[in-house]
Amino acid sequence: MEAIAQQFFNLAIMERALPLLLTGLKQTILLCLMVVPLGLAGGLLFALLSRSSLAAVRWAAIVGIDFFRAVPPLVLLIFVYSGLPFAGVRPSPFAAVAVAFFLNTSSYYGEIYRAGIESIGIGQWDAARSTGLTVSQTLAYVVLPQAVRNVLPDLVSNTVEVVKLTSIASVVALPELLYSADMARSVTFNTSPLVLAALIYLLLLWPVVRLVSRLERRMAT
Amino acid sequence: MHQFGFFDAFFKWQLIERYFPAIMKGMAVTIEIAFAVVLTGILLGLLLAIARSFRVRPVSALIVLFADMFRALPPLVLVLLVYFGLPNAGIYLPSFAVLWLVLSLVLAAFCEEIFWAGILSIAKGQWEAARSTGLSFLSTLTYVVLPQALRLTVPPITNRTIAITKNTALGTVIGVGEILNQATTAQSFSGNATPLMMGAIAYVVLFIPVVAFGRFLETRFAWRRA
Repeated sequence: MEAIAQQFFNLAIMERALPLLLTGLKQTILLCLMVVPLGLAGGLLFALLSRSSLAAVRWAAIVGIDFFRAVPPLVLLIFVYSGLPFAGVRPSPFAAVAVAFFLNTSSYYGEIYRAGIESIGIGQWDAARSTGLTVSQTLAYVVLPQAVRNVLPDLVSNTVEVVKLTSIASVVALPELLYSADMARSVTFNTSPLVLAALIYLLLLWPVVRLVSRLERRMAT
Repeated sequence: MHQFGFFDAFFKWQLIERYFPAIMKGMAVTIEIAFAVVLTGILLGLLLAIARSFRVRPVSALIVLFADMFRALPPLVLVLLVYFGLPNAGIYLPSFAVLWLVLSLVLAAFCEEIFWAGILSIAKGQWEAARSTGLSFLSTLTYVVLPQALRLTVPPITNRTIAITKNTALGTVIGVGEILNQATTAQSFSGNATPLMMGAIAYVVLFIPVVAFGRFLETRFAWRRA
Protein backbone atom coordinates (compact mmCIF):
# COMPACT_ATOMS: atom_id res chain seq x y z
CA MET A 1 0.00 0.00 0.00
CA GLU A 2 2.82 2.33 0.97
CA ALA A 3 4.64 1.52 -2.26
CA ILE A 4 1.57 2.30 -4.33
CA ALA A 5 1.12 5.65 -2.59
CA GLN A 6 4.80 6.38 -3.32
CA GLN A 7 4.31 5.56 -6.99
CA PHE A 8 1.04 7.40 -7.60
CA PHE A 9 0.64 10.09 -4.94
CA ASN A 10 4.19 11.10 -4.15
CA LEU A 11 3.69 14.66 -2.92
CA ALA A 12 7.39 15.54 -3.07
CA ILE A 13 7.57 14.60 -6.73
CA MET A 14 4.27 16.31 -7.48
CA GLU A 15 5.58 19.49 -5.91
CA ARG A 16 8.73 19.32 -8.02
CA ALA A 17 6.76 18.66 -11.20
CA LEU A 18 4.13 21.31 -10.58
CA PRO A 19 5.96 24.32 -12.15
CA LEU A 20 6.60 22.30 -15.33
CA LEU A 21 2.98 21.16 -15.42
CA LEU A 22 1.76 24.71 -14.98
CA THR A 23 3.73 25.89 -18.02
CA GLY A 24 2.17 22.94 -19.83
CA LEU A 25 -1.26 24.02 -18.64
CA LYS A 26 -0.60 27.49 -20.06
CA GLN A 27 0.12 25.92 -23.46
CA THR A 28 -3.04 23.80 -23.20
CA ILE A 29 -5.12 26.90 -22.46
CA LEU A 30 -3.48 28.83 -25.32
CA LEU A 31 -4.21 25.90 -27.64
CA CYS A 32 -7.85 25.85 -26.56
CA LEU A 33 -8.16 29.60 -27.06
CA MET A 34 -6.99 29.11 -30.64
CA VAL A 35 -8.67 25.81 -31.50
CA VAL A 36 -12.17 26.36 -30.08
CA PRO A 37 -12.94 29.69 -31.82
CA LEU A 38 -11.39 28.37 -35.05
CA GLY A 39 -13.57 25.26 -34.85
CA LEU A 40 -16.71 27.25 -34.02
CA ALA A 41 -16.14 29.57 -36.99
CA GLY A 42 -15.15 26.76 -39.36
CA GLY A 43 -18.12 24.69 -38.22
CA LEU A 44 -20.52 27.50 -39.03
CA LEU A 45 -18.94 27.78 -42.46
CA PHE A 46 -19.25 24.00 -43.01
CA ALA A 47 -22.89 24.09 -41.85
CA LEU A 48 -23.82 26.97 -44.16
CA LEU A 49 -22.04 25.37 -47.12
CA SER A 50 -23.87 22.09 -46.45
CA ARG A 51 -27.15 24.00 -46.86
CA SER A 52 -26.09 25.87 -49.99
CA SER A 53 -28.54 26.08 -52.88
CA LEU A 54 -25.83 24.77 -55.23
CA ALA A 55 -25.95 20.97 -55.16
CA ALA A 56 -22.21 20.65 -55.86
CA VAL A 57 -21.27 22.87 -52.90
CA ARG A 58 -23.74 21.07 -50.67
CA TRP A 59 -22.33 17.66 -51.53
CA ALA A 60 -18.72 18.78 -51.24
CA ALA A 61 -19.44 20.11 -47.73
CA ILE A 62 -21.19 16.91 -46.64
CA VAL A 63 -18.43 14.69 -48.04
CA GLY A 64 -15.85 16.91 -46.30
CA ILE A 65 -17.69 16.69 -42.98
CA ASP A 66 -18.03 12.90 -43.18
CA PHE A 67 -14.43 12.47 -44.31
CA PHE A 68 -12.97 14.44 -41.43
CA ARG A 69 -15.30 12.74 -38.96
CA ALA A 70 -14.13 9.34 -40.22
CA VAL A 71 -10.40 9.99 -39.82
CA PRO A 72 -9.21 9.82 -36.19
CA PRO A 73 -7.80 13.19 -35.13
CA LEU A 74 -4.46 11.64 -34.19
CA VAL A 75 -4.13 10.20 -37.71
CA LEU A 76 -4.92 13.60 -39.20
CA LEU A 77 -2.40 15.29 -36.90
CA ILE A 78 0.40 12.87 -37.73
CA PHE A 79 -0.44 13.09 -41.42
CA VAL A 80 -0.17 16.88 -41.31
CA TYR A 81 2.92 16.90 -39.10
CA SER A 82 5.01 14.14 -40.67
CA GLY A 83 3.34 13.82 -44.08
CA LEU A 84 3.32 17.43 -45.30
CA PRO A 85 7.14 17.80 -45.13
CA PHE A 86 7.21 15.32 -48.05
CA ALA A 87 5.19 17.84 -50.05
CA GLY A 88 7.70 20.55 -49.20
CA VAL A 89 5.75 22.14 -46.31
CA ARG A 90 7.29 21.80 -42.87
CA PRO A 91 4.74 22.90 -40.26
CA SER A 92 5.71 23.66 -36.66
CA PRO A 93 3.95 21.48 -34.05
CA PHE A 94 1.66 24.39 -33.24
CA ALA A 95 0.75 24.96 -36.91
CA ALA A 96 0.19 21.23 -37.47
CA VAL A 97 -2.14 21.07 -34.47
CA ALA A 98 -3.98 24.17 -35.69
CA VAL A 99 -4.59 22.71 -39.16
CA ALA A 100 -5.52 19.19 -38.02
CA PHE A 101 -7.79 20.44 -35.25
CA PHE A 102 -9.42 22.98 -37.53
CA LEU A 103 -10.44 20.25 -40.00
CA ASN A 104 -11.55 17.80 -37.30
CA THR A 105 -13.40 20.11 -34.90
CA SER A 106 -15.01 22.18 -37.68
CA SER A 107 -16.68 19.09 -39.08
CA TYR A 108 -18.04 18.11 -35.66
CA TYR A 109 -19.22 21.63 -34.84
CA GLY A 110 -20.59 21.83 -38.40
CA GLU A 111 -22.86 18.82 -37.85
CA ILE A 112 -24.13 20.34 -34.61
CA TYR A 113 -24.90 23.72 -36.19
CA ARG A 114 -26.60 21.93 -39.07
CA ALA A 115 -28.90 20.05 -36.72
CA GLY A 116 -29.63 23.35 -34.97
CA ILE A 117 -30.44 25.22 -38.16
CA GLU A 118 -32.64 22.36 -39.35
CA SER A 119 -34.57 22.46 -36.08
CA ILE A 120 -35.85 25.94 -36.97
CA GLY A 121 -39.11 25.81 -38.94
CA ILE A 122 -39.28 27.17 -42.47
CA GLY A 123 -42.04 29.52 -41.27
CA GLN A 124 -39.44 31.50 -39.33
CA TRP A 125 -37.54 32.09 -42.55
CA ASP A 126 -40.67 33.10 -44.44
CA ALA A 127 -41.83 35.44 -41.70
CA ALA A 128 -38.43 37.12 -41.32
CA ARG A 129 -37.96 37.49 -45.06
CA SER A 130 -41.45 38.97 -45.49
CA THR A 131 -40.60 41.73 -43.03
CA GLY A 132 -37.87 42.79 -45.45
CA LEU A 133 -34.82 41.16 -43.80
CA THR A 134 -32.18 39.85 -46.22
CA VAL A 135 -31.12 36.20 -46.13
CA SER A 136 -28.00 36.93 -44.10
CA GLN A 137 -29.93 39.15 -41.69
CA THR A 138 -32.53 36.42 -41.22
CA LEU A 139 -29.75 33.95 -40.51
CA ALA A 140 -27.90 36.22 -38.11
CA TYR A 141 -30.80 37.72 -36.16
CA VAL A 142 -33.58 35.15 -36.37
CA VAL A 143 -32.40 31.64 -37.16
CA LEU A 144 -28.93 31.30 -35.59
CA PRO A 145 -29.84 32.68 -32.13
CA GLN A 146 -32.62 30.07 -31.85
CA ALA A 147 -30.59 27.31 -33.49
CA VAL A 148 -27.66 27.79 -31.11
CA ARG A 149 -30.03 27.73 -28.14
CA ASN A 150 -31.48 24.43 -29.30
CA VAL A 151 -28.11 22.72 -29.65
CA LEU A 152 -26.33 24.43 -26.75
CA PRO A 153 -25.75 21.19 -24.78
CA ASP A 154 -24.14 19.60 -27.84
CA LEU A 155 -21.97 22.65 -28.47
CA VAL A 156 -20.73 22.69 -24.87
CA SER A 157 -20.21 18.93 -24.81
CA ASN A 158 -18.23 19.07 -28.06
CA THR A 159 -16.11 21.86 -26.59
CA VAL A 160 -15.24 19.55 -23.68
CA GLU A 161 -14.20 16.96 -26.26
CA VAL A 162 -12.01 19.53 -28.03
CA VAL A 163 -10.29 20.54 -24.81
CA LYS A 164 -9.64 16.85 -24.03
CA LEU A 165 -8.40 16.36 -27.57
CA THR A 166 -5.63 18.96 -27.13
CA SER A 167 -3.81 16.24 -25.14
CA ILE A 168 -2.90 14.48 -28.41
CA ALA A 169 -0.72 17.47 -29.31
CA SER A 170 1.79 15.81 -26.95
CA VAL A 171 2.41 13.20 -29.67
CA VAL A 172 3.99 15.85 -31.94
CA ALA A 173 6.04 17.18 -28.99
CA LEU A 174 4.00 20.30 -28.37
CA PRO A 175 4.78 20.97 -24.69
CA GLU A 176 1.21 21.09 -23.37
CA LEU A 177 -0.05 19.65 -20.07
CA LEU A 178 0.15 15.95 -20.91
CA TYR A 179 3.53 16.30 -22.63
CA SER A 180 4.98 18.09 -19.59
CA ALA A 181 3.56 15.46 -17.26
CA ASP A 182 4.92 12.60 -19.33
CA MET A 183 8.33 14.28 -19.44
CA ALA A 184 8.29 14.60 -15.65
CA ARG A 185 7.27 10.95 -15.43
CA SER A 186 10.16 9.74 -17.56
CA VAL A 187 12.64 11.84 -15.59
CA THR A 188 11.41 10.76 -12.14
CA PHE A 189 10.44 7.15 -13.02
CA ASN A 190 7.26 7.82 -11.07
CA THR A 191 3.58 7.96 -12.07
CA SER A 192 2.70 10.86 -9.76
CA PRO A 193 3.17 13.61 -12.39
CA LEU A 194 0.62 11.86 -14.64
CA VAL A 195 -1.78 11.60 -11.70
CA LEU A 196 -1.26 15.31 -11.05
CA ALA A 197 -1.99 16.11 -14.71
CA ALA A 198 -5.16 14.00 -14.52
CA LEU A 199 -6.21 15.97 -11.43
CA ILE A 200 -5.64 19.26 -13.27
CA TYR A 201 -7.74 18.06 -16.22
CA LEU A 202 -10.45 16.99 -13.78
CA LEU A 203 -10.38 20.35 -12.03
CA LEU A 204 -10.72 22.07 -15.40
CA LEU A 205 -13.38 19.87 -17.00
CA TRP A 206 -15.44 18.27 -14.24
CA PRO A 207 -17.59 21.39 -13.68
CA VAL A 208 -18.25 21.59 -17.42
CA VAL A 209 -19.19 17.90 -17.61
CA ARG A 210 -21.69 18.49 -14.78
CA LEU A 211 -23.01 21.54 -16.63
CA VAL A 212 -23.52 19.45 -19.79
CA SER A 213 -25.50 16.83 -17.85
CA ARG A 214 -27.71 19.57 -16.39
CA LEU A 215 -28.23 21.31 -19.72
CA GLU A 216 -29.15 17.99 -21.34
CA ARG A 217 -31.64 17.17 -18.62
CA ARG A 218 -33.20 20.63 -18.91
CA MET A 219 -33.58 20.28 -22.67
CA ALA A 220 -35.19 16.83 -22.24
CA THR A 221 -37.97 18.05 -19.97
CA MET B 1 10.75 13.81 -63.34
CA HIS B 2 10.02 16.72 -61.06
CA GLN B 3 6.30 16.81 -61.81
CA PHE B 4 5.98 13.30 -60.40
CA GLY B 5 7.35 14.41 -57.00
CA PHE B 6 3.98 14.53 -55.32
CA PHE B 7 2.96 11.07 -56.43
CA ASP B 8 6.36 9.67 -55.52
CA ALA B 9 5.99 11.05 -52.02
CA PHE B 10 2.39 10.02 -51.34
CA PHE B 11 1.37 7.29 -53.82
CA LYS B 12 4.54 5.36 -54.64
CA TRP B 13 3.32 2.08 -56.14
CA GLN B 14 6.34 0.07 -55.02
CA LEU B 15 5.74 1.05 -51.41
CA ILE B 16 2.01 0.49 -51.63
CA GLU B 17 2.77 -3.06 -52.70
CA ARG B 18 5.40 -3.57 -50.03
CA TYR B 19 3.40 -2.21 -47.07
CA PHE B 20 -0.08 -3.38 -48.03
CA PRO B 21 0.17 -6.52 -45.84
CA ALA B 22 1.33 -4.49 -42.83
CA ILE B 23 -1.55 -2.03 -43.17
CA MET B 24 -4.00 -4.92 -43.52
CA LYS B 25 -2.60 -6.45 -40.35
CA GLY B 26 -3.09 -3.09 -38.64
CA MET B 27 -6.66 -3.00 -39.88
CA ALA B 28 -7.32 -6.44 -38.38
CA VAL B 29 -5.94 -5.30 -35.01
CA THR B 30 -7.98 -2.08 -35.13
CA ILE B 31 -11.16 -4.02 -35.95
CA GLU B 32 -10.54 -6.59 -33.20
CA ILE B 33 -9.94 -3.98 -30.51
CA ALA B 34 -12.84 -1.86 -31.75
CA PHE B 35 -15.27 -4.78 -31.52
CA ALA B 36 -14.03 -5.75 -28.07
CA VAL B 37 -14.39 -2.14 -26.86
CA VAL B 38 -17.89 -1.75 -28.30
CA LEU B 39 -19.05 -4.99 -26.71
CA THR B 40 -17.67 -4.48 -23.21
CA GLY B 41 -18.19 -0.70 -23.18
CA ILE B 42 -21.87 -0.72 -24.12
CA LEU B 43 -22.66 -3.73 -21.90
CA LEU B 44 -20.94 -2.25 -18.87
CA GLY B 45 -22.65 1.10 -19.51
CA LEU B 46 -26.05 -0.61 -19.65
CA LEU B 47 -25.36 -2.60 -16.47
CA LEU B 48 -24.34 0.57 -14.64
CA ALA B 49 -27.47 2.43 -15.80
CA ILE B 50 -29.62 -0.49 -14.61
CA ALA B 51 -27.78 -0.57 -11.27
CA ARG B 52 -28.43 3.15 -10.96
CA SER B 53 -32.16 2.68 -11.52
CA PHE B 54 -32.43 0.86 -8.18
CA ARG B 55 -31.69 4.27 -6.68
CA VAL B 56 -29.52 3.06 -3.81
CA ARG B 57 -27.79 6.30 -2.78
CA PRO B 58 -24.16 5.19 -2.26
CA VAL B 59 -24.22 2.98 -5.37
CA SER B 60 -25.62 5.77 -7.54
CA ALA B 61 -23.07 8.22 -6.17
CA LEU B 62 -20.22 5.87 -7.09
CA ILE B 63 -21.61 5.36 -10.59
CA VAL B 64 -21.94 9.12 -11.13
CA LEU B 65 -18.40 9.62 -9.88
CA PHE B 66 -17.10 6.99 -12.29
CA ALA B 67 -19.07 8.39 -15.24
CA ASP B 68 -17.98 11.97 -14.54
CA MET B 69 -14.32 11.09 -14.18
CA PHE B 70 -14.11 9.05 -17.35
CA ARG B 71 -16.01 11.69 -19.30
CA ALA B 72 -13.80 14.53 -18.05
CA LEU B 73 -10.38 12.93 -18.49
CA PRO B 74 -8.73 12.87 -21.93
CA PRO B 75 -8.43 9.22 -23.08
CA LEU B 76 -4.74 9.63 -23.89
CA VAL B 77 -4.07 10.70 -20.28
CA LEU B 78 -5.85 7.54 -19.10
CA VAL B 79 -3.96 5.35 -21.58
CA LEU B 80 -0.58 6.65 -20.38
CA LEU B 81 -1.62 6.56 -16.74
CA VAL B 82 -2.70 2.92 -16.92
CA TYR B 83 0.15 1.84 -19.19
CA PHE B 84 2.92 3.34 -17.06
CA GLY B 85 1.08 3.15 -13.74
CA LEU B 86 -0.08 -0.47 -13.53
CA PRO B 87 3.42 -2.01 -13.64
CA ASN B 88 4.26 0.18 -10.65
CA ALA B 89 1.38 -1.45 -8.83
CA GLY B 90 2.70 -4.89 -9.77
CA ILE B 91 0.15 -5.50 -12.56
CA TYR B 92 1.49 -6.23 -16.02
CA LEU B 93 -0.89 -5.95 -18.95
CA PRO B 94 0.05 -6.11 -22.65
CA SER B 95 -0.46 -2.78 -24.42
CA PHE B 96 -3.50 -3.92 -26.42
CA ALA B 97 -5.22 -4.94 -23.18
CA VAL B 98 -4.48 -1.50 -21.69
CA LEU B 99 -6.03 0.17 -24.74
CA TRP B 100 -9.07 -2.12 -24.59
CA LEU B 101 -9.53 -1.57 -20.85
CA VAL B 102 -9.28 2.24 -21.02
CA LEU B 103 -11.50 2.69 -24.06
CA SER B 104 -14.09 0.27 -22.64
CA LEU B 105 -14.28 2.25 -19.42
CA VAL B 106 -14.56 5.56 -21.31
CA LEU B 107 -17.31 4.19 -23.56
CA ALA B 108 -19.09 2.68 -20.53
CA ALA B 109 -19.06 6.06 -18.79
CA PHE B 110 -20.67 7.83 -21.75
CA CYS B 111 -23.14 4.99 -22.37
CA GLU B 112 -24.19 4.91 -18.71
CA GLU B 113 -25.15 8.61 -18.92
CA ILE B 114 -27.04 8.13 -22.21
CA PHE B 115 -28.91 4.99 -21.03
CA TRP B 116 -29.74 6.69 -17.74
CA ALA B 117 -31.15 9.71 -19.59
CA GLY B 118 -33.21 7.26 -21.68
CA ILE B 119 -34.57 5.51 -18.58
CA LEU B 120 -35.43 8.87 -17.00
CA SER B 121 -37.29 9.94 -20.13
CA ILE B 122 -39.90 7.19 -19.66
CA ALA B 123 -42.89 8.69 -17.88
CA LYS B 124 -43.55 7.71 -14.29
CA GLY B 125 -47.03 6.48 -15.23
CA GLN B 126 -45.46 3.65 -17.22
CA TRP B 127 -43.69 2.39 -14.11
CA GLU B 128 -46.81 2.70 -12.00
CA ALA B 129 -49.06 1.03 -14.56
CA ALA B 130 -46.65 -1.88 -15.04
CA ARG B 131 -46.12 -2.38 -11.31
CA SER B 132 -49.88 -2.30 -10.66
CA THR B 133 -50.39 -5.19 -13.08
CA GLY B 134 -48.21 -7.24 -10.74
CA LEU B 135 -44.90 -7.03 -12.62
CA SER B 136 -41.85 -6.96 -10.37
CA PHE B 137 -39.39 -4.05 -10.46
CA LEU B 138 -36.98 -5.99 -12.67
CA SER B 139 -39.71 -7.22 -15.04
CA THR B 140 -41.01 -3.65 -15.39
CA LEU B 141 -37.51 -2.50 -16.22
CA THR B 142 -36.81 -5.28 -18.75
CA TYR B 143 -40.20 -5.56 -20.46
CA VAL B 144 -41.64 -2.05 -20.23
CA VAL B 145 -39.05 0.65 -19.58
CA LEU B 146 -35.88 -0.54 -21.32
CA PRO B 147 -37.47 -1.45 -24.67
CA GLN B 148 -38.81 2.11 -24.95
CA ALA B 149 -35.76 3.80 -23.45
CA LEU B 150 -33.19 1.95 -25.56
CA ARG B 151 -34.87 2.98 -28.80
CA LEU B 152 -34.33 6.66 -27.93
CA THR B 153 -30.68 6.08 -27.13
CA VAL B 154 -29.70 4.49 -30.45
CA PRO B 155 -28.46 7.66 -32.24
CA PRO B 156 -26.41 9.14 -29.37
CA ILE B 157 -24.95 5.72 -28.48
CA THR B 158 -23.96 5.15 -32.11
CA ASN B 159 -22.27 8.54 -32.42
CA ARG B 160 -20.41 8.14 -29.15
CA THR B 161 -19.35 4.61 -30.06
CA ILE B 162 -17.92 5.80 -33.39
CA ALA B 163 -16.01 8.61 -31.68
CA ILE B 164 -14.51 6.26 -29.11
CA THR B 165 -13.61 3.40 -31.45
CA LYS B 166 -11.66 5.97 -33.51
CA ASN B 167 -9.57 6.46 -30.38
CA THR B 168 -8.02 3.04 -31.04
CA ALA B 169 -5.47 5.17 -32.95
CA LEU B 170 -4.20 6.32 -29.54
CA GLY B 171 -2.82 2.80 -29.11
CA THR B 172 0.09 3.74 -31.36
CA VAL B 173 1.53 5.82 -28.50
CA ILE B 174 1.96 2.69 -26.35
CA GLY B 175 2.96 0.46 -29.28
CA VAL B 176 -0.26 -1.37 -30.16
CA GLY B 177 0.21 -2.58 -33.74
CA GLU B 178 -2.96 -0.98 -35.15
CA ILE B 179 -3.25 0.93 -38.45
CA LEU B 180 -1.57 4.17 -37.40
CA ASN B 181 1.27 2.30 -35.72
CA GLN B 182 1.93 0.18 -38.83
CA ALA B 183 1.77 3.30 -41.00
CA THR B 184 4.19 5.42 -38.95
CA THR B 185 6.60 2.50 -38.61
CA ALA B 186 6.55 1.93 -42.38
CA GLN B 187 6.92 5.65 -42.96
CA SER B 188 10.09 5.89 -40.89
CA PHE B 189 11.54 2.76 -42.54
CA SER B 190 10.81 3.92 -46.08
CA GLY B 191 11.38 7.65 -45.60
CA ASN B 192 8.26 8.25 -47.63
CA ALA B 193 4.74 9.49 -46.86
CA THR B 194 3.00 6.77 -48.88
CA PRO B 195 2.37 4.49 -45.84
CA LEU B 196 0.79 7.43 -43.98
CA MET B 197 -1.52 7.99 -46.93
CA MET B 198 -2.37 4.27 -46.91
CA GLY B 199 -3.11 4.43 -43.19
CA ALA B 200 -5.41 7.41 -43.63
CA ILE B 201 -7.20 5.66 -46.49
CA ALA B 202 -7.58 2.51 -44.36
CA TYR B 203 -9.33 4.55 -41.66
CA VAL B 204 -11.60 6.22 -44.21
CA VAL B 205 -12.51 2.83 -45.71
CA LEU B 206 -13.29 1.50 -42.21
CA PHE B 207 -15.16 4.45 -40.80
CA ILE B 208 -16.97 6.21 -43.69
CA PRO B 209 -19.60 3.43 -43.81
CA VAL B 210 -19.98 3.65 -40.03
CA VAL B 211 -20.34 7.44 -40.09
CA ALA B 212 -22.88 7.19 -42.92
CA PHE B 213 -24.76 4.51 -40.97
CA GLY B 214 -24.83 6.80 -37.92
CA ARG B 215 -26.26 9.59 -40.06
CA PHE B 216 -28.94 7.21 -41.37
CA LEU B 217 -29.88 6.06 -37.84
CA GLU B 218 -30.09 9.64 -36.67
CA THR B 219 -32.63 10.69 -39.31
CA ARG B 220 -34.59 7.46 -39.00
CA PHE B 221 -34.98 7.49 -35.23
CA ALA B 222 -35.50 11.25 -35.07
CA TRP B 223 -38.41 10.83 -37.45
CA ARG B 224 -39.98 8.07 -35.35
CA ARG B 225 -39.81 10.09 -32.19
CA ALA B 226 -41.59 13.09 -33.73
